[in-house]
Formats: sequence, C-alpha cells, structure tokens
Amino acid sequence: MAISSPFSKMFGSSPIKPMQEHMKVARDTAAQLIPFFEAAIADDWVKADKIQQKIAELENDADKLKKALRLQLPKSLFLPVPRSDLLQLLSMQDRIPNRAKDIAGIMLGREMGFPKPLQKPMLGFVTAAVATSEQALKAINELDELLEAGFSGRELKIVEKLIKELDSLENKTDKLQIKIRATLFKLEADLPPVDVMFLYRIFEWVGDLADRSQAVGSRLQMLLAR
Amino acid sequence: MSIIAEYGPILLIMACVFGVFMAWGVGANDVANAMGTSVGSGALTVKQAILIAMIFEFAGAYLAGGEVTSTIRKGIIDPGIFTDTPELLVYGMLSALLAAGTWLLVASTLGWPVSTTHSIVGAIVGFAAVGISVDAVAWGKVGTIVMSWVVSPVLAGTMSFGLFRSVQWLILNKPDPFEQAKRFIPVYMFLVGFLIAMVTILKGLKHVFKDIGFIVSFVDAIMIAAAVGILVALIGNYFLGRIQKDEKAEVNNRFANVERVFAVLMVFTACAMAFAHGSNDVANAVGPMAAVISIINTGTVTAKSAMPAWVLLLGGAGIVVGLATYGVKVMATIGKRITELTPSRGFAAELGAAATVVFASGTGLPISTTHTLVGAVLGVGMARGIGALNLRVISTIFMSWIVTLPAGAGLAIIFFFLFKGIFSA
Repeated sequence: MAISSPFSKMFGSSPIKPMQEHMKVARDTAAQLIPFFEAAIADDWVKADKIQQKIAELENDADKLKKALRLQLPKSLFLPVPRSDLLQLLSMQDRIPNRAKDIAGIMLGREMGFPKPLQKPMLGFVTAAVATSEQALKAINELDELLEAGFSGRELKIVEKLIKELDSLENKTDKLQIKIRATLFKLEADLPPVDVMFLYRIFEWVGDLADRSQAVGSRLQMLLAR
Repeated sequence: MSIIAEYGPILLIMACVFGVFMAWGVGANDVANAMGTSVGSGALTVKQAILIAMIFEFAGAYLAGGEVTSTIRKGIIDPGIFTDTPELLVYGMLSALLAAGTWLLVASTLGWPVSTTHSIVGAIVGFAAVGISVDAVAWGKVGTIVMSWVVSPVLAGTMSFGLFRSVQWLILNKPDPFEQAKRFIPVYMFLVGFLIAMVTILKGLKHVFKDIGFIVSFVDAIMIAAAVGILVALIGNYFLGRIQKDEKAEVNNRFANVERVFAVLMVFTACAMAFAHGSNDVANAVGPMAAVISIINTGTVTAKSAMPAWVLLLGGAGIVVGLATYGVKVMATIGKRITELTPSRGFAAELGAAATVVFASGTGLPISTTHTLVGAVLGVGMARGIGALNLRVISTIFMSWIVTLPAGAGLAIIFFFLFKGIFSA
C-alpha cells in the first residue's frame, strides 16, 4: 500500500534552515580572504593558489545551495514571509561569495603584492570586511528563532539590534577604506601605475564585500518590516 | 421479515465482518493522520502514540460517539420508508460498509486521498437514492452534513490561529519564554480536560445519569468539567515541574527548552485528538453495523433502540487492529514528513481540531478529522508559525470530495443490487 494522506502532503520543507546554511557558506568563503591576503603579503603564491581554489569551491557550493533552495520554493508554497522577499534575500547572500572569488581571482592572476606601508592596513581592512559577513551570518541565524516566535515581538528587536551592529561594522570598514586609499595616494607616484590601478580596484572590492554583507542585513530588515 | 428470519445469522455475521473491515480501514488510515502530528513533532514515539490512540479512541467512541453513530445509522436515510421492507435497509447498510471499506483499501493502495467519513456518507446516500428512492434520503440532514464539511476546517483553523496567537502573546514573545511556558501551559491543559469532560457529561453520560435519576444541569456540567480540567492541569503541572532547563540545548535555538515544555502539553492534546477522532470516526464503522444488528434482533426498523455495547467494542477492536497492523507504518511515515511542526504549533493545531471535532460529534455531525486537522494547521500557518505549507493540499481535499463521494456511492449501489439479488431473489 502506498502511504499517502492529504495531511502529510501539506508540509513542505522549510526554507529557513537552507537559508542559514547558504549564508554560512557565504561567510566561510569571505573568511578565506584573510589567509589569502596573508599569503599574498608573504609572497607565497603556492599557498595563495590553494586558498583561491578553496574559495572557488566554496563559491560553487553556495551556488548549488542557492539553486536547490530556489527549486524548493515553488509558487504554491505558503510561507510565513513573502516568497519574493526570501528569494531576494538569498540573492543578496549569494553576492558575498561572488565578490570574494573576484578578489582572490584577480590577485592570484596578477600575483599582486602590497608595498610595505600598505600591508598592515590591508589586513586590518580585509579582517573588518570579513567581520561584516560574520555579523550578517549572525543576523541570518536568527531566522529560525524568528520563525519560532512567529516573526513578531521581542525577537524582532533582537534582530534589529544585530542589524544595527552590522551597519556600524560596515561603517568601520568604510573608514578603513578611506584611510588605506589615502596611504596609497601618497605612495602611488613611486609605484608602477598599472599596479596602483589594480590596488585601488582591490580596495573597492573589499569595501564592496562589506557593503554586500550590509545589504543582506538591510534586505532582512525589509523582510521583517510590516 | 421472512428473509431476515431465514438469513438472520448470515446477515449478522456479514455485518460484523464488513463493520470490522471498515473499522480496520479507519484505524489503518485515519488514526495515523490524527496522531501523526504528535509523532512528527517528537512529543511522542510511535509506540506511545499507538497506546494513547487505543485508549482514547475507544473512550471517545464509547463516551461521546453516540450522536454521530445515530446520524449514520438513521439520520441520513429516512427510516420510515423501510418499515415494510426492513431487509432492504439491511442490504443497504451492508453494501455501504463494504463499499466504503473497499474504496478505502483501493484508494489507499493507489495513494489517493480519501476520507473515511465521506466514503461512508457517500455510500449510504448512494444506495438509498438509487437503490430505494430519492425520497429515502433525508436531504436536509445530508445538506447540513455537507455544510459541516466546509465549516469544520474553517472553524478549526480559526481556533488554532487564536490559540497560536495566544501562545505568541503569552509565551514566545516574552523575555523569559521558558518560565512563561511553565506558567501558562497548565491553562491549555485545563482547556483539554474541560473540553473532553464537558462533551462526555453532556453527551456520553447523559443516559447513564438519567438512569440513576441524577439530573445534570448545564451549570452542573460546567462545574464538573472545570473540576476535571483543574485535575488535568495539576497532573500536567507535575510533569512540567520535572522539566529542567538544558542550557546546552539553547546554543542553536533559544527556544529549544520552550519546545520541550510544549512537548508535554502535546501529550495531552494528542489524547484529546484521539478522543475526538474516536467520538466522530468510529461511528463510520459502527453506525451501519448497529443499524443491521438492531433490525435483525427486532425484525423491524425501530427508530429508537439501544445500541448493544458489544457493537462499539467490536468497532473499537477493529480500529485497534487496523492501527497495529498497518497504522503503525503510516504513522511512522507521516511522523517523518512533518517534523517542521514543532510542539508549540502542533498543540495549537491539535487542540483547535479536537475541539471542532468533539463539538461536531456532540451535534451528531460526521466530519472528516483529517480535513479538520488540515484546516487547523493552515490556521497556525496564517499566524506565520510554520516554515512552509503546500497549498496544493487544498485542491487535493477538493479532489477527495469529488472522487470519494461518487466512488463510495457507486460501489454501494453495485453491492446493494448484488445483495438484493442473492438474498431476495
């Protein structure tokens, strides 16, 4: 006898856990940038190559999770939050590993080193950007608690606080970006112009990594706003 | 009359066999739906669920199943028409049982959604309208029953919505949900006890009380039910007191411990659900069986005749066997599929559904427990409590109406003429 009942058929699999898993992979991808920059600064391109491969793999994993989750959310599903909001939040999350892969790819391709005065500020800058992705994960990890509380009440305040912290972390990254740009500006006359051009681009992209993490928070906030 | 005298024992045995067959179908299919929520949420193991189902299905059938049984037995058809030809009613009820039981078996084999209630109602209406005459069906009553099939899921959904909202308000949105849960869950337990006691006193024990000259007014009933409710709450409170906060469980989800408290409540609502299901669905098997037996015993279609206790016993036994042989498997499967329903939601769905079903049982309306439960779960979903619900299930329910009613009716008509040909030719 086949076992079938309209009752058990009505339960779809919740998208909340997969959302959180995807964000975790996104954070993991971004976090690889810290050892990657360390290897680049140490001029160890064998190691950097390995880390870049890891980043590419993780980015690929995130893509797979994203696609699986999209397929899991047909229009006929009744969700506690609008389906379009969830899908947009997922797209936002997915932009983080993409950017991390861009950064690692171009740096490895050009074997970009950093002039001595830039090395320490660069590591600090990357670490701050990665911290924003960590904070975004923290906020996304509240989704299951939000579901438990029925997306209302006290739990909303907890998430709002996390998002506020995320904003201030992004702000901090912005300030670091301004500083490091100013440092490079003073050095740029003595450096090969093409290298300088690409250094500016790396700064921009690392800053963008933080922006994208912040965007995840903003999208989450919009999802919760009623 | 002569036919009944001649074939009485055979017809009686047939009624029992078909009745048990139908009861087996109810136990194999329906009970699993009613109890699957508790298994899925992890509040009960399959074994515990079966044990609770056995006890409370039986209690529900025995204490509160009388009204629905009498509707199935003599409410859907007009017994007056059969005064001169009681054997036709016997064939009809036999064919209805066999038709509904067969249809349940076939549909379950093919994996189609079915409702035991709809099968039997369709079968009875079918044989009466086609086999006897269109006037043999009490259309007014049938209309009310069909209406109740629409109203019951909506009502259950509304109640579950309200229950879950109250949980959010009283417990989940508070800074100390664990302590709040321990404080307020006994109130819900009180509701469970009150509900079951109220229906039992007003419906089940009415005759018992009357016999011993003990008149229970509505106010008395409320007082007694409240006392039972308080007792249930006290028992529940004892079990709640044994739950200690486990800090380790809160690493991943701050509500992990709160859910453990709700799991205790869910044991109680599971009992209520089994009771409600017993009070409504056992009648599907017992009602036609009782009709046949009373005709054979008295030789006439008597509108008023007490139902022998052993008929209920047989129906209850059939359900238990169905549960033990096949229902276990269904329950395990369903339980695995609905893990998204945590105890804090599962309880709201179960209590809303159980209250609706018990209320319908009290008014003698045969409704579908499964459909009511679906409505209740949707209600919790509306309160944004469930990760993902498949709305296609609503069309599945409509399909089950469109398919089950004519199928039950068609089969009953075939069996009716078959029996008529065999015995009356």
